[in-house]
Amino acid sequence: MAAPLLELQDVHASYGSIKALKGISLTVYPGEIVAMIGANGAGKSTTLMTICGIVPVQQGDIFYRGTSIKGTPPETLPPLGLCQVPEGRRIFPRLTVRENLELGAFYRRERTAIDRDIDQAYSFFPILKERRNQQGGTLSGGEQQMLAIARALMSRPKLLLMDEPSLGLAPKIVQKIFDIIAEINKEGTTILLVEQNANLALQTAQRGYVLETGAISMEDQAATLLDNPDIRKAYLGE
Amino acid sequence: MIRECKKVLKPFVLGLLWLLALLWPLLGIHPDGTLSFANAFQVWLYIAAVAFVCVFLYVLNKSGNLDFAARPAAVLRDRVSEAAGRIPSKAWIGLLLGFALIYPQITGRYEQDVAINVLIYVCLGLGLNIVIGLAGMLDLGYIAFYGVGAYSYALLNTNFGISFWFSLPFAAVLAAIAGCIIGYPTLRMRGDYLAIVTLGFGEIVRLILNNWMTLTNGPNGILGIDPPSFYFLSFDGGLSFEHLYLKKLHYLYYIALFLAVFTIIAVRRLNFSRIGRAWESIREDETAAELMGVNTFLLKLLAYAMGAVFAGLAGAFFSARMRFVSPESFTFLESALVLAMVVLGGMASIPGIILGVMALIVLPEVFREFELYRMLAVGGAMTVMMVFKPRGLIPAKRVGTRSEEKEG
Repeated sequence: MAAPLLELQDVHASYGSIKALKGISLTVYPGEIVAMIGANGAGKSTTLMTICGIVPVQQGDIFYRGTSIKGTPPETLPPLGLCQVPEGRRIFPRLTVRENLELGAFYRRERTAIDRDIDQAYSFFPILKERRNQQGGTLSGGEQQMLAIARALMSRPKLLLMDEPSLGLAPKIVQKIFDIIAEINKEGTTILLVEQNANLALQTAQRGYVLETGAISMEDQAATLLDNPDIRKAYLGE
Repeated sequence: MIRECKKVLKPFVLGLLWLLALLWPLLGIHPDGTLSFANAFQVWLYIAAVAFVCVFLYVLNKSGNLDFAARPAAVLRDRVSEAAGRIPSKAWIGLLLGFALIYPQITGRYEQDVAINVLIYVCLGLGLNIVIGLAGMLDLGYIAFYGVGAYSYALLNTNFGISFWFSLPFAAVLAAIAGCIIGYPTLRMRGDYLAIVTLGFGEIVRLILNNWMTLTNGPNGILGIDPPSFYFLSFDGGLSFEHLYLKKLHYLYYIALFLAVFTIIAVRRLNFSRIGRAWESIREDETAAELMGVNTFLLKLLAYAMGAVFAGLAGAFFSARMRFVSPESFTFLESALVLAMVVLGGMASIPGIILGVMALIVLPEVFREFELYRMLAVGGAMTVMMVFKPRGLIPAKRVGTRSEEKEG
């Protein structure tokens, strides 16, 4: 197997005195979609925020393309090709759709290439082109999720971290978002996906990790996890 | 019509009674312990009468009884705004600038004095706008940077005889350094915490100015500051430099105008730059901005420093114009006033802030005859404004044509 794109080794993190991550180890290989599933408060979002440098690593190490990114400031990661679509979308509500997209490409300076990428984002998400001069906050939930994804893609990521892309969206829209995720992956972006909708996440992903109270309790091929009776009982409501 | 009247009547009467309850203790209880009713009641009657006319017109308009006048008025307004829109904005700016240039020729000392005040506060308002309107950090001690600028020039001039123009960059740099000094330890805080810390910082600066007797001469202030001056090449009896102090008010007006125009251009360029957009992203969602690769710490520090620069420039001019500075000019009330100008005019909107400054400087002058009630009137006007136009007089435009996009 190729060298891992992202590797977490026994990562610990906490909010004040509350331990949120108690030794997470996971690997993501180039070209994969990896799903991380788990209940509320299991530490899924914290894991992503720790990778991005927003939550500090207390113990353990994080390697991205072979070099440690532990303790590097968050703003240095998008230039390395590591970007996140944060939970709850977190688009810039009072900036226009186009401005949101341009901020995704903040670290890049080649004007023409950015314009080309914006056009590409518009062709990928035609609704964003229609709404390009609207404020981000006036978009519907699904449109905002698309904007958040398009914004992250503007940084030309090699590894895209996605936090709960299905959150608060209608089932029909959720299906569409997951189709988009699969397509982004097909075009060469590796994806680490955090989801509560375990069924869809494991159907889309190749491999999966199960998180329980800050530690990884299971790790396997996504299809195997989907067939696991314990998983079906705990996360798929059967 | 009757139905609309009924709907409005109850809140109207309740509001007036409430106003009376508020007004009477203010006007009717005297410091010597005596009570009076007539005065409070008279003022209340005036307000009630004016309010009644307003409400009556509102009800008439709502029920359509004023259509005969309102319709043509609306049509006229649309036509005027359409016609105004056809004149390019460059022409408007030229017209305004032309007016600003001939203004001292057609007005007297008093008007020029008020105009200079407006121009100083335009610099302050636009500087504060960088911090509040763009980067979204509430700064309640902004006037401290104004003070730093003012004392920089005052001290450089009285101690070393350095002229206004040479002091100007020093004042700006010193204010920027002060901005970084406050910024560095506090920018990890957000929202309310930051506001309180900046409030404290503003007071610290004022207290230092007040108590460092050997440097600042304390509450007595610094006297005898030179006004701005110019060197002329003179050819009388050989080549020499002629030194001319610009003491006349209209010279000072032009310097203030120059500073204000410089500030407007600079803030506009910043606003529409990459840095400006990054500031706005921090205002909208700091964590998301960080995730998108915006160096939030550095940019917030830069916002503080840039905001302080314009306050420093305005401060240096202030002391050159007054030829006297004392800590009294840099109280919290001044910070609050500048903040009110920015919020009233419309955050992040340059024409809005200019209008907000004019409103808060010129209106109190207009209401000067009402002396006692003038702050009450201004306060009332602001309350009404915030209820009906919470985003300010001229809200910041948000259509995506600020980038290279020019379609549609």
